[in-house]
Amino acid sequence: MGISVKDVEYLAHLARIQLTPQECEQFAAQLDEILVHVQKLKSARTEGVPPTSHVLGLSNVFREDRPQPSLSTDQALANAPEREGPFFKVPRIIDPTT
Amino acid sequence: MTAQEIQALYRARKAVPSEVAEELIRRIEKLDPQIHAFAWFDPDSVRRQAGALQKEVTPRGPLWGVPVLVKDNICVEGVPTTCASRILAGFRPPYDATVVGKLKQAGAVLLGMSNMDEFAFGSSCEHSCYGPTRNPWDMARVPGGSSGGSAAAVASAMAPLALGSDTGGSIRQPAAFCGTVGLKPTYGRVSRYGLIAFASSLDQIGPISRTVSDCALLLQTIAGFDPRDSTSGNLPVPDYGKELEKGVQGLRAGVPEEFFIGGLDPEVKQAIEAAIEQYRQLGVTVSKVSMPHTEYAVPTYYIIATAEASSNLARFDGVQYGHRSSNGQTLLEMYTRTREQGFGPEAKRRIILGTFVLSSGYYDAYYGNALKVRTLIKQDFDRAFERVDFLITPTAPTPAFRLGEKIEDPLTMYLSDIFTISVNLSGVPALSMPCGLTKSRLPVGMQLIAKPFAEDLLLRAAYAYEQVAGWHRQKPNL
Repeated sequence: MGISVKDVEYLAHLARIQLTPQECEQFAAQLDEILVHVQKLKSARTEGVPPTSHVLGLSNVFREDRPQPSLSTDQALANAPEREGPFFKVPRIIDPTT
Repeated sequence: MTAQEIQALYRARKAVPSEVAEELIRRIEKLDPQIHAFAWFDPDSVRRQAGALQKEVTPRGPLWGVPVLVKDNICVEGVPTTCASRILAGFRPPYDATVVGKLKQAGAVLLGMSNMDEFAFGSSCEHSCYGPTRNPWDMARVPGGSSGGSAAAVASAMAPLALGSDTGGSIRQPAAFCGTVGLKPTYGRVSRYGLIAFASSLDQIGPISRTVSDCALLLQTIAGFDPRDSTSGNLPVPDYGKELEKGVQGLRAGVPEEFFIGGLDPEVKQAIEAAIEQYRQLGVTVSKVSMPHTEYAVPTYYIIATAEASSNLARFDGVQYGHRSSNGQTLLEMYTRTREQGFGPEAKRRIILGTFVLSSGYYDAYYGNALKVRTLIKQDFDRAFERVDFLITPTAPTPAFRLGEKIEDPLTMYLSDIFTISVNLSGVPALSMPCGLTKSRLPVGMQLIAKPFAEDLLLRAAYAYEQVAGWHRQKPNL
């Protein structure tokens, strides 16, 4: 299969995780081994087989669109690492210099 | 004590909830420093709940005064619920999971939160930010995972009942390693509202107990349709206790030959074969069945489960709850550092693998193909259940392994779930129960599998065997 350290770095970027160089190297080797095992699936005969996403075949469950009791603002914010007034506070998103 | 024994004491007015609570608190304080089955335990909270129940004039609810341990990924309002992960450090849910609400309604005492592999990623309970749980039968061995804390607590009589969750075997494999009963209900039988999601097309909550009748009791309490979980099945819940004693005379059992492969421990094989023979003597017709796609279960699972996990775990970004890194200047840095610091190595590995199988250029070859193979695996079960009422297999290929034995080798760890995974991929219910002890006194688990929503039949088959085999009476030396 051949997963390189560079591939892992790119995947870590997509997944928004900072990895150490040691972790990248270790994961590249381990993912490679796992993906070799997964190659086995290529021998399964899947032509014309439909995919399964829900095992009992449920789809499109609807309900009436009625207002229901929900968490108060304070309850929803109770676990926030940082808040300001009725908002979650995060570091600056838009760089004012660009 | 089992839940039913506790209830018998209450009925006979030989004990009140506070006395049972005190006895368990003493036992937990004595044993848990060694076993480490609890992620969170507050004796005063247990005392308060038990005391409040006693003030009720008429005891209400089918679990009145019965202590129940909750896995650390099932939300309990106001109680730290962390998935054994640093990224959820300090998180106290603002609401109860539906199953927790049902337990409270039934009069249960919430005993605490049980240790687990971080986000249920693991088969050994070693991937926990709180450190590993140990197997009560042999402290040098793992209790299995990911619901290892729940199974170890029940096996060591620190809790009569516990909730676990099962995505690829996380209830059944620890139940097998610890010599308890563990049931993964049909996908949709039990609401997952308030279960912190790992792989949404596979996750189910289920009971862990010492006896089959206790398992039926806890399932009865938590089962049923929930409008807040749109994947739950809108079907009536049978009276599970009533079905138990119907016996198994005339039932048809199947033994899938693909489950008796190389790598199956000889003592496990022997115990399962002896159990099959006992079923024959109970009047069950046993025949061989073939499930030709079994070999694809592990690779299919590790594509689908990691894909779903990488997506589900995107929500842990340091914004709304849990840990946030303080050394990120920009939003992106805050995300990447928070997730670096918050997730353990197995969580990171699975997020990276899941991101890979979903990434552009690989999606069809991996994820798309796995969904099709999943159909083939499910069809194996459909075909088998045209001929038989239930299947008998080993739960795990070996008894409990040693701490540290597989932690450096993820693939070997994944392969220890080889017999439990196809059940989740197919959505069918399955139960693990003790069926023997090895020469070195380690429990062996037998897995019974039935068609969707046939938990009543599963429990009935399990009960019939338990009554003649009596393995539930064996206890670890503590």
